[in-house]
Amino acid sequence: MEYKSYPETQEIELHLNGNTEKITISPWTTLLDALREYFKLTGTKKGCDHGQCGACTVLVNGKAINSCLSLAVMQQGKEIITIEGLSQGENLHPVQQAFIAHDAFQCGYCTTGQICSTVGLLNMKRGDSPEEIRDLMNGNICRCGAYANIYKVVEEMKQKEVQGTS
Amino acid sequence: MIATNQFIGVATSRVDGRQKVTGTAKYSAEFNPADLVHGYIVNSTIATGNILKIDTEKALQVDGVREVFTHENVPISVKIDADYSDPLAPPGSPFRPLYNDNILYNGQPIAMVVADTFEVARYAAGLITVTYNKGETSAIAIKENLDKAFTDADLPETAKDRGNAEKAFEKVEASYIQAREYHNPMEPFATVAVWDDKEGSFLIYDKIQGVGSSQKYISGIFNLDKNKVRVLSEFVGGTFGSGLRPQYQLFFAAMASKTLNLPVKVVMTRQQMFSFGHRPTCLQEFKLGADKKGRLTSIQHKAYGETSQFEKYTETIVDWSGLMYTCDNVALDYKLVPLDVYTPNDMRAPGGATGMYGLECAMDELAVAAGIDPLELRLINYAEKDQNEGKPFSSKELKACYSRAAEKFGWDKRKAEPRNNRKGNILIGHGVATGVWEALQQKASARATFTQQGQLTVASATADIGTGTYTVMTQIAAEVLGLPLEKVDFKLGDSVLPKSPIEGGSWTVSSVGSAVKLVCIALREKIFDLAKNTHPELFEGQMIEDAHFENGEVSINSGKAVAYIEILQVANKDSLEATVKAEPAEGRDDYSCYSHSCVMVEVHVDADLGMIHVPRVVSAIAGGKIINPKTAESQIIGGITWGIGMALEEEGMMDPRNGRIMNANLAEYHVPVHADIQELDVIFVEEYDDIVNPLGAKGLGEVGMVGVAAAIANAIYNATGKRIRELPITLDKLL
Repeated sequence: MEYKSYPETQEIELHLNGNTEKITISPWTTLLDALREYFKLTGTKKGCDHGQCGACTVLVNGKAINSCLSLAVMQQGKEIITIEGLSQGENLHPVQQAFIAHDAFQCGYCTTGQICSTVGLLNMKRGDSPEEIRDLMNGNICRCGAYANIYKVVEEMKQKEVQGTS
Repeated sequence: MIATNQFIGVATSRVDGRQKVTGTAKYSAEFNPADLVHGYIVNSTIATGNILKIDTEKALQVDGVREVFTHENVPISVKIDADYSDPLAPPGSPFRPLYNDNILYNGQPIAMVVADTFEVARYAAGLITVTYNKGETSAIAIKENLDKAFTDADLPETAKDRGNAEKAFEKVEASYIQAREYHNPMEPFATVAVWDDKEGSFLIYDKIQGVGSSQKYISGIFNLDKNKVRVLSEFVGGTFGSGLRPQYQLFFAAMASKTLNLPVKVVMTRQQMFSFGHRPTCLQEFKLGADKKGRLTSIQHKAYGETSQFEKYTETIVDWSGLMYTCDNVALDYKLVPLDVYTPNDMRAPGGATGMYGLECAMDELAVAAGIDPLELRLINYAEKDQNEGKPFSSKELKACYSRAAEKFGWDKRKAEPRNNRKGNILIGHGVATGVWEALQQKASARATFTQQGQLTVASATADIGTGTYTVMTQIAAEVLGLPLEKVDFKLGDSVLPKSPIEGGSWTVSSVGSAVKLVCIALREKIFDLAKNTHPELFEGQMIEDAHFENGEVSINSGKAVAYIEILQVANKDSLEATVKAEPAEGRDDYSCYSHSCVMVEVHVDADLGMIHVPRVVSAIAGGKIINPKTAESQIIGGITWGIGMALEEEGMMDPRNGRIMNANLAEYHVPVHADIQELDVIFVEEYDDIVNPLGAKGLGEVGMVGVAAAIANAIYNATGKRIRELPITLDKLL
């Protein structure tokens, strides 16, 4: 069988949390691995690497995506926001504050993805009914079972008309 | 003395919340020491047989690959005089990765590529080819292998039989079976191992429920003193029992790090999260008898559990049937069937979730057969003392759970006749079940240090697997020493800290919490003794019982308050320290200590399509003193969510031909998602207990799950008139 050796690396430029970052990387590296293993931005989590759990959710041009299903090289020229870019210094994003207030997490591993999905939902200006909120959050699994409290966060954010990132 | 509770019993946001919502909490895979290399594990594709050949040549040619480890080149030193057991290893011989060419189960790790990047390691792993000598059959299905069950002498004894259960009248005969379940915490198992060749020591970041477990495992395999193995695990992304035992990535990371003298990171894939311990499948057979008034005359409960071919993993499944209800004639039997699977592992409410699923469904069947309301049936047979051991309970507010849940749920409006409550095409059903879990206390130690800067640090080598350990221990310490929460720091997840039991069995608050309380009381005494020297005009001749410790100050009655800081300054001491070991009190054994619950569930079943929804669940819990109502409620809603998964969704499907799990991913192994969870009501029933431990708290990690699956199955019967005795209850079973 023919097989290829190590794929060549190339320099790419990513707009990450408001900064322009250059990195030399192989095209096969996912955005998730680029964030975690190359930029050491480990706030974005790897739960399945298959787009089945949502732990790796980040915002690209304001939209929540599974970073494990996207290659880093494909994200050049787009605005990427990770959990590290959501708070302004010491000031947490209202969604982050509400997650603490409602105890909307336990182990914390899916949390950053849940928060990014919530912000993505707010950016879309969707989630006008309980069914729609649950449907739009469905891609983010929480094995600790904090769903009931996460739902309260999203509901409160909708009621208070909190802005996502845009 | 503590006048009022400032912190204990007060809903408190998690002290580690900020780290978790900003992504700065670091989990095991997120440590990146210099020169780190990455491992990627290859797993077997057969269940029985042996490896004839592993071809690693192509993998080794890939740029960036450092080594491929197989049973053929693993250092011989990890095979000779190596002890692979961990503190919770069941009887048998623990699995030893790469030990030889034998295959014991499908998914067994058989090789690992180590490379400069994760991507290269994964790619090269795909180039490895394995030739097997495949065993002829694999024994996978429990029902087909009941005849292979071990003889009873091999197993721990069940609770004693009493009376003559076989003679008494039988009213209900039913058997129940449930699917294998896989823990699947969101964080995959991960280890970063750093071998220090000069010191001959390990620094290991591991995902585990107790650092002492990984430390013992690694020191046993590599013949190292325990003080040469430091294990850190400060944040754990869920475990639910899967981290009670070290998993195989720990061995691989440590072995590769020591062999290559490089730091190695090994993270399991989601598929690999299905390649070790699971909640075992279980077949349960019941025969219940009752008189005309519904009083139980006979309980027979027999269960068949499964284990691997190399360890005897057992669960406590049938004892609950002897414990829960007043009945003179009880026969209990537990059989264990070895299959070609990995050794099962404790999974949230192990044994209890299973045994009480069967018992509480059987009780519902009895209620129907006897024409008695199922809640009433439980009250008729209510046990005021432990029926297995004849001991009184340290406390048992289960009756209050029943009434509070019934009131909140509106149980009196339930329609007893199945298929009698309908809204359009939706059949509505209501079900009830009892939950129970033992309130255990283990030995635990803690150290408390108060500095002249006014900071209190309390430390114990326990874990916070999402349960809220950091927060509740901080609350307890702040309460006892009268300090604001922000002046208290609780440290855990480091093997150099004072010894603590592994976090499991719902015993952490009971065990470590008691140690934290006692060590803070000890520190308070030290402060008071010092104050007698530094401020004799205020404290000489005074009794500590009359002292108040509040806001970082000590005072006697209405006298002048002196700050702890000032006491240390005057005494010219940088800090004060106390250490304690806490253990169950004498006389505790005279009582049975359990937490209880009543779960009530509403289900909606589509009459044509069989789709099942759970629009609301009420769970009333008697769990002793609730230290933090906020995190406590989270424990219970988590438990309910797990019960919904067990009842309706979770099913590890194994191919009987080759023992391979066919749905080893989160798309096909269904766990509850947002759309599955609607209204969950948690009620904490007041329960005072000064016997269970110094805190009066019983632990909540497990009890919230127990009974939920039965309540759902019973509600489905009430909705549809169909008694499904196999979990999960998927729509096809209702059509």
